[in-house]
Amino acid sequence: MPSRSESELTALAQRVKAGQPRAVARAITLVEAGGGAGEDLVDLLHGAFGAARIIGVTGPPGAGKSTLVDGLITELRRQERRVGVLAVDPSSPFSGGALLGDRLRMGRHAEDRAVFIRSMATRGHRGGLTLATTEAAGILDAAGFDTIIIETVGVGQSEVEIMSTADAVMVVLVPGAGDDIQALKAGIMEIGDIYVVNKADLAGAAELAAVLRFALRGEVDPDIADSEYLGTEHAAGYDPRDYPAAQNAPQILLASALDGSGLPQLIEALDQRLAQLDRSGELALRRRQRGAAALERIAQSALRGWLAERGIVAGDPQQLLREFDSDSRGPHRFMRDKLQQLTRSREGGDL
Amino acid sequence: MSEPIDLEQLETARREWDKTVLTPALEKNPGRDEAALRTASNIPLQPLYDPTSDNPATYLERQGFPGCYPFTRGVQPTMYRGRLWTMRQYAGFGTAEQTNARFRYLLDQGQTGLSVAFDLPTQVGLDSDHSLALGEVGKVGVAIDTLRDMEALLAEIPLDEVSTSMTINAPAAVLLAMYIVVAESQDADWSKLRGTIQNDILKEYVARGTYIFPPGPSMRLIQNTFEFCARKLPKWNSISVSGYHIREAGATAVQEVAFTLADAIAYVETALQAGLNVDEFAGGLSFFFSAGSDLLEEVAKFRAARRMWARIMKQRFGAQSPRSMTLRFHSQTSGAALTAQQPDNNVARVTLHALAAVLGGTQSLHTNSRDEALALPSQESVQIALRTQQILAHESGVANTVDPLAGSYVVEALTDEIEAQAHDYLERIASMGGMVQAIEAGYVQREIADAAYTYQRQLEDGKRIVVGVNRFTTADEPHRDLMRHDPGLREAQLARLADVRFERNEQAVLQALRALRNAAEQPGENLMYPIIDCVRRYATLGEICAELRRVFGEHTQPGVV
Amino acid sequence: MTKRLRILIGKPGLDGHDRGAKFIARGLRDAGYEVIYTGIRQTPESIVSTAIQEDVDLIGLSLLSGAHNELFPRIVQLLREQDAADIVVFGGGIIPEEDIEPLKQAGVRAIFTPGTTLNTIIEFIESCRQDQKVS
Repeated sequence: MPSRSESELTALAQRVKAGQPRAVARAITLVEAGGGAGEDLVDLLHGAFGAARIIGVTGPPGAGKSTLVDGLITELRRQERRVGVLAVDPSSPFSGGALLGDRLRMGRHAEDRAVFIRSMATRGHRGGLTLATTEAAGILDAAGFDTIIIETVGVGQSEVEIMSTADAVMVVLVPGAGDDIQALKAGIMEIGDIYVVNKADLAGAAELAAVLRFALRGEVDPDIADSEYLGTEHAAGYDPRDYPAAQNAPQILLASALDGSGLPQLIEALDQRLAQLDRSGELALRRRQRGAAALERIAQSALRGWLAERGIVAGDPQQLLREFDSDSRGPHRFMRDKLQQLTRSREGGDL
Repeated sequence: MSEPIDLEQLETARREWDKTVLTPALEKNPGRDEAALRTASNIPLQPLYDPTSDNPATYLERQGFPGCYPFTRGVQPTMYRGRLWTMRQYAGFGTAEQTNARFRYLLDQGQTGLSVAFDLPTQVGLDSDHSLALGEVGKVGVAIDTLRDMEALLAEIPLDEVSTSMTINAPAAVLLAMYIVVAESQDADWSKLRGTIQNDILKEYVARGTYIFPPGPSMRLIQNTFEFCARKLPKWNSISVSGYHIREAGATAVQEVAFTLADAIAYVETALQAGLNVDEFAGGLSFFFSAGSDLLEEVAKFRAARRMWARIMKQRFGAQSPRSMTLRFHSQTSGAALTAQQPDNNVARVTLHALAAVLGGTQSLHTNSRDEALALPSQESVQIALRTQQILAHESGVANTVDPLAGSYVVEALTDEIEAQAHDYLERIASMGGMVQAIEAGYVQREIADAAYTYQRQLEDGKRIVVGVNRFTTADEPHRDLMRHDPGLREAQLARLADVRFERNEQAVLQALRALRNAAEQPGENLMYPIIDCVRRYATLGEICAELRRVFGEHTQPGVV
Repeated sequence: MTKRLRILIGKPGLDGHDRGAKFIARGLRDAGYEVIYTGIRQTPESIVSTAIQEDVDLIGLSLLSGAHNELFPRIVQLLREQDAADIVVFGGGIIPEEDIEPLKQAGVRAIFTPGTTLNTIIEFIESCRQDQKVS
């Protein structure tokens, strides 16, 4: 990465604020690469962060997240909002490469200047992706996109990350294939502000929505109360009184991203939810937590970089092992001493 | 008369041969690379097939006799002894007049059927003056904007005498309407018109990409054409269910059979939903397959497809008429198998492909030209391609007896194997709710993409050999004269379109278009009739499709790479 | 550390034959690049806009219909107009030999004809990195 002078970065930051696509794209590349230039740029722009609302979209693979995001963009554009999208796809653990195909389904927005779509690969980050997406979202925010959608890679380890990245989280599910029951177990029942049953025309959609209403809001739909879906939970002694007051509980909506039905209602529900989060102070709290999480990750990332420079992590493991082999102390003691020695010595340098 | 084979004795002898002859031979020379000893679709081949791999007791059930259920051996009793296959070269380029001239040349040369290729704007329902048509007008086929172009395309061709195949899918109803309006102006009786519209939208979603509308409305248009053809054009094939493009997109032979039949099942179900009786329309279904280089596998593929279709139609859909059970197919030699390197070698490849199609019992055949990997074929190349078919028909002798490879141990074994594997796919697709759902879920696209990637990797790694490409290459390829497109073509086409727009009765056009839109909004209406009205008044293809786009919306590709 | 190159594989024009484009997209992924695939039927405008948003280093175009003489140069021109002339453009498909030189003159860096191996394309991409044509 060629080094960039301060004046170059300042100019880039200005162009980002002016919303120039090339500059916005370059800026995201810099924060994604995670080097000094990206860090400096974030510092320059960070005063311009905070105006946009950031929506996380997550759900199991095959739930139709990208198609739903495509539909959301269309609806948001109808309201003349400027929309930024960050679509995260996995990197190959073997080659490190990635095939970023989410925007295949969003092709019709490619020429709309008020829509900016960026694909991001996970690049083997663990947790670190959250920092990159948080900062990329900040760039889009600074560039004047008022609604930013982050589409996660899918259900896995990203649930907690999306919670600490977005103002509100939309969980997308589809009926069939046992996803409904899986979802209940997979721990995504705690993270959503809105649950979308996508592909609403498929058999089982209404049942899935009812299961969700029951599980999340304690509401029993008389039509399907006796169905196989509810049988076991019911018997297990679920009590509506165990559930939070309905106005704070997540909304459950049916939609069909393919034909666009249910999308206006979805946007409306989202607006209501954000307003409610704002009124209750929850939104401010979430943003504070996000800020704290970002600081923590910056610290982790800096420490990791420092360790990498000294061959402790991400270096040649053989050398470290040889050193350890010739040592009679246990691994913890060995490492503690080594780190102490590094921080005391001159080579320790600045973080 | 000889004794019937004693299978037990034979099996013992075979084991003995394996032990005393084969094993020592393999120890001396373990043989070529494993990938090379598989079929093109990765089916492993045994070193030797013999009567123990075939069960003569099930002959009638599996093979039977030609012209009889399950039609494994052919759809007619005498096959090419009665009449040779139709030699049908796909042609179309530039303006309607240029293509018309090529058609009349081919008819003079002894070709027996017409096959029209359309340019891409026509295939996706856009007029030549649309911005997306930039650079595409008249390139891969003829440009048709209005009835005026169709009149020029078919000028002086007696439509009640030829049979015409049109490779058109999403806007098939519109092009069919234009064809029959031209026939009317020639005083040709609709009931005498013979030909085919491809009309196979499902494979466009998975392989060929010239879709317009989402699956639901597309299936309705197909339903409408089925119904119309069944009532008005009794000799017309209202669909050509096409495995060709699926195969060309990189599918295996098994996938080609499975996905094509799965498409066909979806169409039959659509027709039944429209209230048609199965025997009323099933005779109008035809098929289209690719013929590739793996001769034995390809022959087995065609035989397996025939047998499977007969069983599906009889057992699943309760067809009574034998015609409903027969899988009649057109075939085209594989375009993907042609190489840009040493293109004259393609003449040998095309011969192999064509031989596979003929040994597989095709009803009609297009042979590709040697230079198609480089550009549009020249007249000379087109003639060689047609001559290749004529040599097979008149000199090779393979046309003189029915299904000559039947009883070959390996061909019968491969026929069974392809059927079994394709059957598994059909079950899988059924469990997903049918082909439309499997396509919407991206399943079919993913299976094809995986097969294509595996095959291409084998090529890149040198595990499969393509002569002139990854082995036996030559340093300098000589320069060749290729056919060039006429640069003035687009302007000429745009001028004609502008003339039509100027000369026609605009009020009448708008009225017809409005009527079409109203009909489209009523799910029960057959759209063929309002489309014919639009066409008669010289509404453009783009205008007609735009009305339908407004009502139906447009399909977007699912994200499968 | 070498930069992880980002490459857009696009299909301008109307032809739907995406076998080659998909193979290249997957193959480049397996060679360690980040690949953005646009799907079929893309206008030059949408390809350029996508390339810019994705901040790609190279654009690979696949076209089999014969519209390359119109569409490839148009994409190069749009990149220039949008301050993105540094993005390297290469193409592939059924492209007659006599069209190759004019396309290169128009700013398409390389043209790959049928039968080109993935390795040849990777070598080309890496040579662009070497030339510092991609930053």
